[in-house]
Amino acid sequence: MRNKVYGSFDEVVSDIPDGSTIMIPGFAGPGTPRNLIAALLRQGAKELTAISNHPGAGPFDHRMDLGRLVEAGRVRKVVCSFTASPHPSQATAFEKLYNDGAADGELVPQGTLAERIRAAAAGIGAFYTPTGVGTEMAEGKEHRVMNGKEYILEYPLHADYAFIRAYRSDTFGNLQYRLSQRNFNPIMAMAARTTIVEVEQDILDLGTMDPDQVHTPGICVDRVVHIPEDGIWEEAVYRD
Amino acid sequence: MQKTKLSRQQIANRLAQEFQDGWLVNLGIGIPTLCSNYDQGDREIIYHSENGVIGYGSIYPRGDEDLQLVNAGGQYVSLVPGASIVHHADSFAIIRGGMLDLTVMGAYEVAENGDFANWKTEGRKGGGIGGAMDLAVGAKRVFIAMQHTTRDGKPRLLKRCTLPITAKGVVKLIATDLGLFEVTEKGLLMREIAPGHRPEEVQSLTEANLIIADDLKEMEV
Repeated sequence: MRNKVYGSFDEVVSDIPDGSTIMIPGFAGPGTPRNLIAALLRQGAKELTAISNHPGAGPFDHRMDLGRLVEAGRVRKVVCSFTASPHPSQATAFEKLYNDGAADGELVPQGTLAERIRAAAAGIGAFYTPTGVGTEMAEGKEHRVMNGKEYILEYPLHADYAFIRAYRSDTFGNLQYRLSQRNFNPIMAMAARTTIVEVEQDILDLGTMDPDQVHTPGICVDRVVHIPEDGIWEEAVYRD
Repeated sequence: MQKTKLSRQQIANRLAQEFQDGWLVNLGIGIPTLCSNYDQGDREIIYHSENGVIGYGSIYPRGDEDLQLVNAGGQYVSLVPGASIVHHADSFAIIRGGMLDLTVMGAYEVAENGDFANWKTEGRKGGGIGGAMDLAVGAKRVFIAMQHTTRDGKPRLLKRCTLPITAKGVVKLIATDLGLFEVTEKGLLMREIAPGHRPEEVQSLTEANLIIADDLKEMEV
Protein backbone atom coordinates (compact mmCIF):
# COMPACT_ATOMS: atom_id res chain seq x y z
CA MET A 1 0.00 0.00 0.00
CA ARG A 2 1.16 3.47 -0.99
CA ASN A 3 3.30 5.52 1.39
CA LYS A 4 1.54 8.85 2.12
CA VAL A 5 4.06 10.30 4.55
CA TYR A 6 5.31 13.83 3.82
CA GLY A 7 8.18 15.69 5.42
CA SER A 8 6.64 19.04 6.29
CA PHE A 9 3.35 20.81 7.02
CA ASP A 10 4.15 23.56 4.51
CA GLU A 11 4.47 20.93 1.77
CA VAL A 12 1.08 19.27 2.41
CA VAL A 13 -0.92 22.53 2.38
CA SER A 14 1.01 24.22 -0.46
CA ASP A 15 -1.60 23.47 -3.17
CA ILE A 16 -4.71 24.59 -1.24
CA PRO A 17 -6.28 27.31 -3.41
CA ASP A 18 -8.16 30.45 -2.39
CA GLY A 19 -11.88 29.78 -1.98
CA SER A 20 -11.47 26.24 -0.61
CA THR A 21 -13.86 24.68 1.88
CA ILE A 22 -11.97 23.11 4.77
CA MET A 23 -13.22 20.93 7.63
CA ILE A 24 -11.51 21.57 10.94
CA PRO A 25 -12.22 19.20 13.87
CA GLY A 26 -11.52 19.69 17.56
CA PHE A 27 -13.66 20.16 20.64
CA ALA A 28 -12.48 22.47 23.45
CA GLY A 29 -8.89 21.74 22.44
CA PRO A 30 -8.36 18.01 21.93
CA GLY A 31 -8.31 16.89 18.30
CA THR A 32 -7.55 20.32 16.80
CA PRO A 33 -5.10 20.11 13.85
CA ARG A 34 -3.01 23.05 15.07
CA ASN A 35 0.09 22.39 12.96
CA LEU A 36 -1.87 22.26 9.70
CA ILE A 37 -3.75 25.45 10.62
CA ALA A 38 -0.41 27.18 11.33
CA ALA A 39 0.93 25.99 7.96
CA LEU A 40 -2.15 27.29 6.12
CA LEU A 41 -1.75 30.62 7.89
CA ARG A 42 1.83 30.81 6.52
CA GLN A 43 0.66 29.64 3.07
CA GLY A 44 -1.77 32.54 2.74
CA ALA A 45 -4.88 30.96 1.16
CA LYS A 46 -7.89 33.25 1.54
CA GLU A 47 -11.66 33.42 0.92
CA LEU A 48 -11.91 30.13 2.80
CA THR A 49 -15.07 28.46 4.08
CA ALA A 50 -14.49 26.60 7.32
CA ILE A 51 -16.71 23.84 8.68
CA SER A 52 -15.98 23.46 12.37
CA ASN A 53 -17.94 23.04 15.60
CA HIS A 54 -16.51 26.31 16.91
CA PRO A 55 -15.18 29.31 14.96
CA GLY A 56 -12.02 29.30 17.08
CA ALA A 57 -10.44 31.47 19.68
CA GLY A 58 -10.35 35.19 20.14
CA PRO A 59 -8.02 37.50 22.03
CA PHE A 60 -8.72 35.66 25.32
CA ASP A 61 -7.02 32.48 24.07
CA HIS A 62 -3.63 32.48 22.34
CA ARG A 63 -3.83 28.89 21.05
CA MET A 64 -3.40 28.11 17.36
CA ASP A 65 -6.80 27.27 15.95
CA LEU A 66 -9.33 28.39 13.32
CA GLY A 67 -9.60 31.74 15.13
CA ARG A 68 -6.10 32.66 13.94
CA LEU A 69 -7.13 32.20 10.28
CA VAL A 70 -10.28 34.23 10.93
CA GLU A 71 -8.32 36.99 12.66
CA ALA A 72 -5.97 37.17 9.66
CA GLY A 73 -8.95 37.80 7.37
CA ARG A 74 -8.57 34.53 5.45
CA VAL A 75 -12.02 33.14 6.20
CA ARG A 76 -15.12 34.24 4.29
CA LYS A 77 -17.59 31.97 6.06
CA VAL A 78 -17.78 29.61 9.03
CA VAL A 79 -20.35 26.84 9.37
CA CYS A 80 -20.49 26.04 13.09
CA SER A 81 -22.69 25.56 16.17
CA PHE A 82 -21.51 28.81 17.86
CA THR A 83 -21.70 32.04 15.84
CA ALA A 84 -21.79 33.94 19.16
CA SER A 85 -19.99 32.98 22.35
CA PRO A 86 -22.10 32.32 25.47
CA HIS A 87 -20.61 35.39 27.12
CA PRO A 88 -19.44 38.70 25.54
CA SER A 89 -16.20 38.50 27.57
CA GLN A 90 -15.28 35.44 25.50
CA ALA A 91 -16.05 36.99 22.12
CA THR A 92 -14.22 35.19 19.35
CA ALA A 93 -12.30 36.76 16.49
CA PHE A 94 -15.04 35.47 14.20
CA GLU A 95 -17.83 37.11 16.20
CA LYS A 96 -16.42 40.57 15.64
CA LEU A 97 -16.10 40.10 11.87
CA TYR A 98 -19.54 38.48 11.74
CA ASN A 99 -21.15 41.37 13.60
CA ASP A 100 -19.43 43.85 11.26
CA GLY A 101 -20.62 41.90 8.21
CA ALA A 102 -17.03 41.13 7.20
CA ALA A 103 -17.54 37.36 7.52
CA ASP A 104 -20.54 35.14 6.96
CA GLY A 105 -21.80 32.53 9.40
CA GLU A 106 -24.12 29.54 9.21
CA LEU A 107 -25.39 28.43 12.59
CA VAL A 108 -26.12 24.70 12.82
CA PRO A 109 -27.08 22.65 15.89
CA GLN A 110 -24.10 20.48 16.78
CA GLY A 111 -25.75 17.11 16.15
CA THR A 112 -27.11 18.32 12.82
CA LEU A 113 -23.61 19.55 11.95
CA ALA A 114 -22.13 16.13 12.75
CA GLU A 115 -24.86 14.31 10.83
CA ARG A 116 -24.56 16.61 7.78
CA ILE A 117 -20.83 15.81 7.69
CA ARG A 118 -21.52 12.10 8.15
CA ALA A 119 -24.14 12.24 5.39
CA ALA A 120 -21.61 13.76 2.99
CA ALA A 121 -19.17 10.99 3.87
CA ALA A 122 -21.83 8.31 3.44
CA GLY A 123 -23.30 9.49 0.14
CA ILE A 124 -26.66 10.40 1.68
CA GLY A 125 -28.61 13.04 -0.25
CA ALA A 126 -30.46 14.55 2.72
CA PHE A 127 -32.02 13.45 6.00
CA TYR A 128 -34.87 14.37 8.34
CA THR A 129 -34.05 15.30 11.94
CA PRO A 130 -36.30 16.34 14.85
CA THR A 131 -33.63 18.77 16.06
CA GLY A 132 -34.67 22.40 15.74
CA VAL A 133 -38.37 21.79 15.04
CA GLY A 134 -40.38 24.77 16.32
CA THR A 135 -37.31 27.02 16.52
CA GLU A 136 -35.66 29.62 14.26
CA MET A 137 -33.46 26.81 12.92
CA ALA A 138 -36.47 25.26 11.18
CA GLU A 139 -37.51 28.41 9.33
CA GLY A 140 -37.64 27.91 5.56
CA LYS A 141 -36.89 24.20 5.83
CA GLU A 142 -39.03 21.37 4.54
CA HIS A 143 -41.10 19.79 7.34
CA ARG A 144 -42.48 16.29 7.42
CA VAL A 145 -44.44 14.31 9.99
CA MET A 146 -43.55 10.64 10.26
CA ASN A 147 -45.13 8.31 12.81
CA GLY A 148 -46.64 11.34 14.52
CA LYS A 149 -43.30 13.12 15.01
CA GLU A 150 -42.22 16.26 13.16
CA TYR A 151 -38.89 16.48 11.37
CA ILE A 152 -37.00 18.97 9.20
CA LEU A 153 -34.92 18.24 6.12
CA GLU A 154 -31.16 18.83 6.29
CA TYR A 155 -28.54 18.48 3.55
CA PRO A 156 -24.99 17.10 3.59
CA LEU A 157 -21.90 19.28 4.05
CA HIS A 158 -19.11 18.54 1.60
CA ALA A 159 -15.56 19.89 1.74
CA ASP A 160 -12.49 20.13 -0.44
CA TYR A 161 -10.10 19.41 2.44
CA ALA A 162 -10.16 18.02 5.96
CA PHE A 163 -7.38 18.77 8.42
CA ILE A 164 -7.09 15.88 10.88
CA ARG A 165 -5.27 15.40 14.17
CA ALA A 166 -4.56 11.77 15.05
CA TYR A 167 -2.65 9.92 17.74
CA ARG A 168 -1.25 7.15 15.56
CA SER A 169 -0.91 6.47 11.86
CA ASP A 170 0.86 3.95 9.69
CA THR A 171 2.50 4.91 6.39
CA PHE A 172 -0.78 4.28 4.51
CA GLY A 173 -2.74 6.62 6.78
CA ASN A 174 -4.69 4.14 8.88
CA LEU A 175 -5.50 6.29 11.92
CA GLN A 176 -6.16 5.94 15.60
CA TYR A 177 -7.29 8.72 17.92
CA ARG A 178 -6.83 8.98 21.66
CA LEU A 179 -9.73 9.74 24.08
CA SER A 180 -11.77 12.87 23.35
CA GLN A 181 -9.36 13.83 20.57
CA ARG A 182 -11.58 11.71 18.33
CA ASN A 183 -14.66 14.02 18.20
CA PHE A 184 -15.25 15.22 14.61
CA ASN A 185 -12.01 13.73 13.20
CA PRO A 186 -13.30 10.38 11.85
CA ILE A 187 -16.36 11.84 10.10
CA MET A 188 -14.46 14.79 8.61
CA ALA A 189 -11.67 12.49 7.40
CA MET A 190 -14.28 10.57 5.41
CA ALA A 191 -16.28 13.56 4.14
CA ALA A 192 -13.60 15.67 2.45
CA ARG A 193 -12.16 15.16 -1.02
CA THR A 194 -8.57 15.52 0.25
CA THR A 195 -7.71 14.52 3.83
CA ILE A 196 -4.49 15.75 5.42
CA VAL A 197 -3.35 14.43 8.80
CA GLU A 198 -0.97 15.54 11.55
CA VAL A 199 0.13 12.64 13.75
CA GLU A 200 1.45 12.67 17.29
CA GLN A 201 3.24 9.33 17.58
CA ASP A 202 6.06 8.04 15.34
CA ILE A 203 4.55 6.78 12.11
CA LEU A 204 4.19 3.00 12.10
CA ASP A 205 5.37 0.59 9.43
CA LEU A 206 2.72 -0.95 7.23
CA GLY A 207 1.32 -4.11 8.78
CA THR A 208 2.15 -3.24 12.38
CA MET A 209 -1.22 -1.67 13.21
CA ASP A 210 -3.95 -3.99 14.44
CA PRO A 211 -6.76 -3.69 11.82
CA ASP A 212 -9.35 -3.96 14.60
CA GLN A 213 -7.88 -0.85 16.27
CA VAL A 214 -8.08 1.41 13.18
CA HIS A 215 -10.60 4.26 13.68
CA THR A 216 -10.20 5.83 10.22
CA PRO A 217 -9.17 3.55 7.34
CA GLY A 218 -6.19 4.70 5.28
CA ILE A 219 -8.25 4.69 2.08
CA CYS A 220 -9.84 7.95 3.38
CA VAL A 221 -6.47 9.62 3.96
CA ASP A 222 -4.25 11.37 1.41
CA ARG A 223 -1.33 12.99 3.24
CA VAL A 224 0.30 12.32 6.61
CA VAL A 225 2.87 14.38 8.53
CA HIS A 226 4.46 13.47 11.86
CA ILE A 227 4.43 16.35 14.40
CA PRO A 228 8.05 17.13 15.31
CA GLU A 229 9.08 17.77 18.92
CA ASP A 230 9.05 21.52 18.30
CA GLY A 231 5.60 21.32 16.67
CA ILE A 232 2.38 22.51 18.29
CA TRP A 233 1.14 20.25 21.12
CA GLU A 234 -1.85 20.49 23.44
CA GLU A 235 -1.35 22.73 26.43
CA ALA A 236 -3.47 22.91 29.55
CA VAL A 237 -6.27 25.49 29.61
CA TYR A 238 -8.38 25.47 32.78
CA ARG A 239 -12.09 26.29 32.80
CA ASP A 240 -14.32 26.68 35.84
CA MET B 1 -35.61 31.23 60.07
CA GLN B 2 -32.72 32.76 58.20
CA LYS B 3 -33.44 33.71 54.61
CA THR B 4 -31.09 31.79 52.32
CA LYS B 5 -30.74 31.45 48.57
CA LEU B 6 -29.22 28.30 47.13
CA SER B 7 -25.65 28.44 45.86
CA ARG B 8 -24.81 27.18 42.36
CA GLN B 9 -23.60 23.88 43.84
CA GLN B 10 -26.78 23.57 45.93
CA ILE B 11 -28.95 24.12 42.84
CA ALA B 12 -26.98 21.36 41.10
CA ASN B 13 -27.22 19.09 44.14
CA ARG B 14 -31.01 19.44 44.28
CA LEU B 15 -31.37 18.21 40.70
CA ALA B 16 -28.74 15.50 41.22
CA GLN B 17 -30.93 14.08 44.02
CA GLU B 18 -33.53 13.29 41.35
CA PHE B 19 -31.15 11.10 39.29
CA GLN B 20 -32.12 7.44 39.37
CA ASP B 21 -29.82 4.42 39.57
CA GLY B 22 -28.55 3.39 36.14
CA TRP B 23 -29.48 6.61 34.34
CA LEU B 24 -27.40 7.87 31.41
CA VAL B 25 -27.13 11.63 32.02
CA ASN B 26 -25.75 14.53 29.96
CA LEU B 27 -24.70 17.67 31.83
CA GLY B 28 -24.49 21.03 30.09
CA ILE B 29 -22.03 23.87 30.66
CA GLY B 30 -22.35 25.95 33.83
CA ILE B 31 -24.33 24.90 36.91
CA PRO B 32 -25.28 21.50 35.35
CA THR B 33 -21.67 20.21 35.29
CA LEU B 34 -21.62 20.71 39.08
CA CYS B 35 -24.19 17.86 39.37
CA SER B 36 -21.35 15.35 38.98
CA ASN B 37 -19.84 16.61 42.27
CA TYR B 38 -22.90 15.32 44.18
CA ASP B 39 -22.29 12.05 46.04
CA GLN B 40 -24.84 9.60 44.62
CA GLY B 41 -24.07 6.95 47.25
CA ASP B 42 -25.09 3.51 45.96
CA ARG B 43 -26.76 4.88 42.83
CA GLU B 44 -24.69 4.52 39.66
CA ILE B 45 -25.06 7.38 37.18
CA ILE B 46 -23.29 7.20 33.82
CA TYR B 47 -22.30 10.62 32.51
CA HIS B 48 -22.29 11.28 28.76
CA SER B 49 -20.55 14.24 27.16
CA GLU B 50 -21.49 15.45 23.67
CA ASN B 51 -17.90 15.11 22.44
CA GLY B 52 -18.29 11.34 22.65
CA VAL B 53 -17.16 10.49 26.18
CA ILE B 54 -19.39 7.91 27.88
CA GLY B 55 -18.61 7.30 31.55
CA TYR B 56 -16.61 10.25 32.84
CA GLY B 57 -16.00 10.94 36.49
CA SER B 58 -14.59 13.74 38.58
CA ILE B 59 -12.61 16.77 37.40
CA TYR B 60 -8.85 16.06 37.45
CA PRO B 61 -6.69 17.93 39.94
CA ARG B 62 -4.50 20.47 38.16
CA GLY B 63 -1.22 18.97 37.04
CA ASP B 64 -2.61 15.41 36.85
CA GLU B 65 -4.95 16.03 33.92
CA ASP B 66 -4.93 14.18 30.62
CA LEU B 67 -4.90 16.92 27.96
CA GLN B 68 -6.85 14.73 25.54
CA LEU B 69 -9.84 14.15 27.78
CA VAL B 70 -12.40 16.91 28.33
CA ASN B 71 -16.11 17.12 29.11
CA ALA B 72 -18.61 19.39 27.29
CA GLY B 73 -17.35 22.37 29.28
CA GLY B 74 -13.74 21.77 28.28
CA GLN B 75 -12.82 20.65 31.80
CA TYR B 76 -10.27 17.85 32.18
CA VAL B 77 -12.09 14.83 33.58
CA SER B 78 -11.29 11.27 34.63
CA LEU B 79 -12.92 8.14 33.24
CA VAL B 80 -14.73 5.51 35.30
CA PRO B 81 -14.06 1.79 34.77
CA GLY B 82 -16.11 0.69 31.75
CA ALA B 83 -15.95 4.06 29.98
CA SER B 84 -15.95 4.29 26.19
CA ILE B 85 -15.30 6.85 23.45
CA VAL B 86 -17.26 7.42 20.23
CA HIS B 87 -17.02 10.01 17.45
CA HIS B 88 -19.31 13.02 17.22
CA ALA B 89 -21.92 11.56 14.85
CA ASP B 90 -22.30 8.50 17.10
CA SER B 91 -22.42 10.69 20.20
CA PHE B 92 -25.38 12.55 18.73
CA ALA B 93 -26.95 9.29 17.56
CA ILE B 94 -26.98 8.38 21.25
CA ILE B 95 -28.55 11.76 22.05
CA ARG B 96 -31.18 11.87 19.27
CA GLY B 97 -31.75 8.14 19.39
CA GLY B 98 -33.33 8.42 22.83
CA MET B 99 -30.69 6.66 24.94
CA LEU B 100 -30.22 9.54 27.39
CA ASP B 101 -32.46 9.30 30.45
CA LEU B 102 -31.83 12.93 31.26
CA THR B 103 -30.13 16.11 30.13
CA VAL B 104 -29.53 18.98 32.55
CA MET B 105 -29.02 22.38 30.93
CA GLY B 106 -28.81 26.02 31.84
CA ALA B 107 -31.31 28.53 30.40
CA TYR B 108 -31.99 32.24 30.02
CA GLU B 109 -35.75 31.67 30.17
CA VAL B 110 -38.19 28.84 30.86
CA ALA B 111 -41.93 29.10 30.17
CA GLU B 112 -44.77 27.47 32.06
CA ASN B 113 -45.55 25.36 28.97
CA GLY B 114 -42.09 23.73 29.09
CA ASP B 115 -40.51 25.82 26.31
CA PHE B 116 -37.04 27.12 27.10
CA ALA B 117 -34.47 29.48 25.59
CA ASN B 118 -30.73 29.13 26.03
CA TRP B 119 -28.96 29.91 22.73
CA LYS B 120 -29.52 33.53 21.80
CA THR B 121 -29.60 36.68 23.90
CA GLU B 122 -31.35 39.95 23.21
CA GLY B 123 -29.77 42.17 20.61
CA ARG B 124 -26.90 39.88 19.64
CA LYS B 125 -26.36 38.61 16.13
CA GLY B 126 -26.02 34.84 15.89
CA GLY B 127 -26.01 32.50 18.84
CA GLY B 128 -24.44 29.53 20.53
CA ILE B 129 -26.48 26.37 20.16
CA GLY B 130 -23.84 23.71 20.68
CA GLY B 131 -25.65 20.46 21.40
CA ALA B 132 -28.63 22.05 23.19
CA MET B 133 -31.29 21.58 20.48
CA ASP B 134 -30.34 17.94 19.89
CA LEU B 135 -30.26 17.22 23.62
CA ALA B 136 -33.60 18.93 24.16
CA VAL B 137 -35.44 16.80 21.57
CA GLY B 138 -33.51 13.59 22.15
CA ALA B 139 -33.29 13.06 25.90
CA LYS B 140 -36.16 11.39 27.75
CA ARG B 141 -36.20 14.25 30.30
CA VAL B 142 -34.95 17.84 30.36
CA PHE B 143 -34.12 19.49 33.69
CA ILE B 144 -33.04 23.13 33.94
CA ALA B 145 -30.62 24.60 36.49
CA MET B 146 -30.52 28.40 36.63
CA GLN B 147 -30.70 31.56 38.71
CA HIS B 148 -34.30 32.58 39.40
CA THR B 149 -33.90 36.09 37.97
CA THR B 150 -31.53 37.96 35.66
CA ARG B 151 -28.75 40.11 37.14
CA ASP B 152 -31.17 43.04 36.87
CA GLY B 153 -33.77 41.14 38.89
CA LYS B 154 -36.07 40.33 35.96
CA PRO B 155 -37.98 37.03 36.05
CA ARG B 156 -36.72 34.09 34.01
CA LEU B 157 -39.70 31.83 34.72
CA LEU B 158 -42.22 33.24 32.27
CA LYS B 159 -45.67 32.67 30.82
CA ARG B 160 -44.07 32.51 27.36
CA CYS B 161 -40.41 32.80 26.32
CA THR B 162 -39.46 36.16 24.82
CA LEU B 163 -36.10 34.96 23.42
CA PRO B 164 -35.89 32.50 20.50
CA ILE B 165 -36.56 29.05 21.96
CA THR B 166 -34.30 26.00 22.01
CA ALA B 167 -37.17 23.50 22.01
CA LYS B 168 -40.90 23.39 22.61
CA GLY B 169 -42.55 21.93 25.69
CA VAL B 170 -39.74 19.65 26.85
CA VAL B 171 -38.76 20.95 30.30
CA LYS B 172 -39.92 18.79 33.22
CA LEU B 173 -38.16 20.19 36.28
CA ILE B 174 -36.40 23.46 37.16
CA ALA B 175 -34.16 24.19 40.13
CA THR B 176 -33.25 27.80 40.91
CA ASP B 177 -31.71 29.59 43.86
CA LEU B 178 -35.28 30.11 45.17
CA GLY B 179 -37.01 26.79 44.64
CA LEU B 180 -37.83 23.61 42.79
CA PHE B 181 -40.53 23.82 40.10
CA GLU B 182 -42.28 21.15 38.07
CA VAL B 183 -43.88 21.79 34.68
CA THR B 184 -47.40 20.32 34.86
CA GLU B 185 -50.42 20.47 32.56
CA LYS B 186 -51.97 23.05 34.90
CA GLY B 187 -48.84 25.22 35.01
CA LEU B 188 -45.72 25.61 37.12
CA LEU B 189 -45.93 23.74 40.41
CA MET B 190 -43.63 25.03 43.15
CA ARG B 191 -42.68 21.89 45.09
CA GLU B 192 -39.93 23.32 47.25
CA ILE B 193 -38.86 26.77 48.42
CA ALA B 194 -35.54 28.25 49.56
CA PRO B 195 -35.17 28.54 53.36
CA GLY B 196 -36.87 31.53 54.99
CA HIS B 197 -38.73 32.61 51.83
CA ARG B 198 -42.49 33.04 51.54
CA PRO B 199 -44.30 31.76 48.41
CA GLU B 200 -45.56 35.28 47.60
CA GLU B 201 -41.96 36.55 47.55
CA VAL B 202 -41.00 33.92 45.00
CA GLN B 203 -44.17 34.67 43.00
CA SER B 204 -43.22 38.36 42.88
CA LEU B 205 -39.96 37.36 41.14
CA THR B 206 -41.77 35.02 38.74
CA GLU B 207 -43.87 36.05 35.73
CA ALA B 208 -45.64 32.70 35.38
CA ASN B 209 -48.41 31.95 37.86
CA LEU B 210 -47.08 29.54 40.45
CA ILE B 211 -49.20 26.71 41.78
CA ILE B 212 -48.07 26.15 45.36
CA ALA B 213 -47.80 22.46 46.27
CA ASP B 214 -50.04 21.37 49.17
CA ASP B 215 -46.98 19.78 50.72
CA LEU B 216 -44.56 22.64 49.89
CA LYS B 217 -41.21 21.80 51.45
CA GLU B 218 -38.38 24.01 52.54
CA MET B 219 -35.18 23.11 50.68
CA GLU B 220 -32.23 21.68 52.58
CA VAL B 221 -29.11 23.75 52.10
